[in-house]
Amino acid sequence: MTPPAHSLLKSDDRTRRRRASEARFRACGLAAIGIAALALAVLLTSVLANGAGAFRQTYIKLQIPLPEASLDKAGQRDPAAMAKVSTFGYAALLHAALLDRIAALQIETELADQDVAAMISKEAAATLRDHVLANPHLIGGMAAMDVLAAGRIDGYFKGRVTLKSAAMDGNTSPQALQLARKLADADVIETRFNWRFLTAPDASDQRPEAAGLGVAMLGSLYMMLVVLALALPVGVAASIYLEEFAPRSRISDLIEVNISNLAAVPSIVFGILGLAVFINFAGMRQSSPLVGGLVLTLMTLPTIIISTRAALKSVPPSIRDAALALGASRMQAVFHHVLPLAAPGILTGTILGLAQALGETAPLLLIGMVAFVRDYPVAYSDTAGLFGDAATALPVQVFNWTQRADPGFAERASGAIITLLVFLAVMNTAAILLRRRFERRW
Amino acid sequence: MKDIDVIERSRAGARQKISARNVQVRYGHTAAIKNVSVDIAADTVTAFIGPSGCGKSTFLRCLNRMNDTIDTCRVTGEIRIDDEDIHDPKVDPVQLRAKVGMVFQKPNPFAKSIYDNVAYGPKIHGLARTKAELGDIVKVALEKAALWDEVKDRLDSPGTGLSGGQQQRLCIARAIATAPQVLLMDEPCSALDPIATAQIEELIHDLRRNYCVVIVTHSMQQAARISQKTAFFHLGSLVEYGDTDQVFTAPRDSRTESYITGRIG
Ligand SMILES: Nc1ncnc2c1ncn2[C@@H]1O[C@H](COP(=O)(O)OP(=O)(O)OP(=O)(O)O)[C@@H](O)[C@H]1O
Ligand SMILES: [Mg+2]
Repeated sequence: MTPPAHSLLKSDDRTRRRRASEARFRACGLAAIGIAALALAVLLTSVLANGAGAFRQTYIKLQIPLPEASLDKAGQRDPAAMAKVSTFGYAALLHAALLDRIAALQIETELADQDVAAMISKEAAATLRDHVLANPHLIGGMAAMDVLAAGRIDGYFKGRVTLKSAAMDGNTSPQALQLARKLADADVIETRFNWRFLTAPDASDQRPEAAGLGVAMLGSLYMMLVVLALALPVGVAASIYLEEFAPRSRISDLIEVNISNLAAVPSIVFGILGLAVFINFAGMRQSSPLVGGLVLTLMTLPTIIISTRAALKSVPPSIRDAALALGASRMQAVFHHVLPLAAPGILTGTILGLAQALGETAPLLLIGMVAFVRDYPVAYSDTAGLFGDAATALPVQVFNWTQRADPGFAERASGAIITLLVFLAVMNTAAILLRRRFERRW
Repeated sequence: MKDIDVIERSRAGARQKISARNVQVRYGHTAAIKNVSVDIAADTVTAFIGPSGCGKSTFLRCLNRMNDTIDTCRVTGEIRIDDEDIHDPKVDPVQLRAKVGMVFQKPNPFAKSIYDNVAYGPKIHGLARTKAELGDIVKVALEKAALWDEVKDRLDSPGTGLSGGQQQRLCIARAIATAPQVLLMDEPCSALDPIATAQIEELIHDLRRNYCVVIVTHSMQQAARISQKTAFFHLGSLVEYGDTDQVFTAPRDSRTESYITGRIG
């Protein structure tokens, strides 16, 4: 039997060429994915490696005597009188307590007393003072307290500071580190999970060990609330009007083009707008989450409008026809049938818009949210109004910390980035989950 | 059988439900319907036949002003239902559409439960005072649409989960649940098997007693079986309109003859 002229068992030249080009394309695609994955891996490992330390903090466990003679001479426990004792008074108590502890443990050190004292964070005295003022009954007794270790000591236990680097460092010395090691062996110094990083406010330049994200997270939260409360209803209403009600005309085309353009406007422009309109013209308070939220709302609106319109467009027109043909009004057709179907898309778009707003830095710098804020902003106060208290925001805090000299802040900045990334990941996951949940219903 | 039809037809001939005069429809600059005038009788089934793209659906959509929803679509001419001009500025299309129901060419159930699909119309028009009444309306509509037996145990499951033919019957049930006076059906049986088709034809036969039914169909046999009047459209014009028997047995226009004998189409 003669084989057929075109055997299926042998591929001809054309087929081979097609196969080869397909293989090349696949290889390119794989390479592209590989590069993207590698970039992501490098980014994540570097951030995690730098920032993980921010979530751990070194503490010195001390028993601090609180003599009445130095803290409340009058003995009346009068808050005003007690407040006259400054942090210096408390710092002396802390130093004495640490020296006593070292002596009691019979640890030998060549370190001068003031260098031993420098192992305690400057923040610790203020913390102790606040603690005593809040609990006046402690005076006359002892306070057991875990106080912050200084940044360099903290860095030593996290591997950021070594004996070698300490030798060239004016702020610490190898002897101090060795003493810290001995104290750690004696269980006086301990490194553990750092809740303060998530709750404490920012700290000044010399105290990276005390700096936290509390104010920044609160500020970001307030801004997200403002954005959600304004951008979602306005964005959805605008989209529904444009998509379902507006007659096709020059004007609606123009609006459509401009919304797309707005989405492409650099975010810093919104910051300038916010500064000019909200602060200079409308007289709202600088650095306030309200102004930040308004600026971010402007920035997020186009995103929400575009995604909402896409979601509305993806609802088959036959559904509208069905409702209209039954005698539903346009509004009934939209609210009863179209909107529920578009909801997952709208929700996803909104959450992604919020995530974008959460990570935005540039416009907030312009409206003064970069200020150094130590007081937790309240949502409402009589003087500042709703969301009028000065605050910072997560990404701005990152920017802020990267500007500071002390290497301890580099670690904090990476830690803040991790926190921000976690929030973004949670939001994006929520978007995906919500979408799945709603879609599974039908 | 024939005799009954003849009697009914002569009775039906007395009352016109819909009358259209010089209706023209354009999509942008292309004319889809050219100068169509037609009278459609109450208590009658009228069939629209004609080759694909000749404008049957377009004309049907004029009768409940569904063409209003298409931006590019312009309808001119006069259409009167019960001697009221439906294009009168005082006419609210919402009321018109409650009176003139429609079943679309492609099944388009809502993304809601089977029950809610059927109950939606009665709900928005306030046809039921109690839940039980609404349940009855839904049941009767589904029974008429020959779907009740298949779905009675799963009224809560989504209407979109039904088969294509079931969806179409659901849409029919939905349309008759609002108790319209006129029912426009755009190829309601194109997705149905012969059994369901027979059931729907039976439904149409029953409906004729109280409703004015206008049905678009590509099946000559169906048109002959269920309609008393037939209109043949070709390239946007109404070529021939008359009693179904006459149109199928003794067409006056050569184009009608070519179409029903299978030479155009
Ligand atoms: N939305 C629309 N926009 C523009 N042109 C349309 C639109 N709908 C229909 N047409 C045009 O109008 C003409 C008539 O269409 P129509 O849908 O009424 O035909 P039909 O007779 O129902 O056809 P079929 O039997 O295939 O359903 C066609 O030429 C079609 O291209
Ligand atoms: Mg059609």
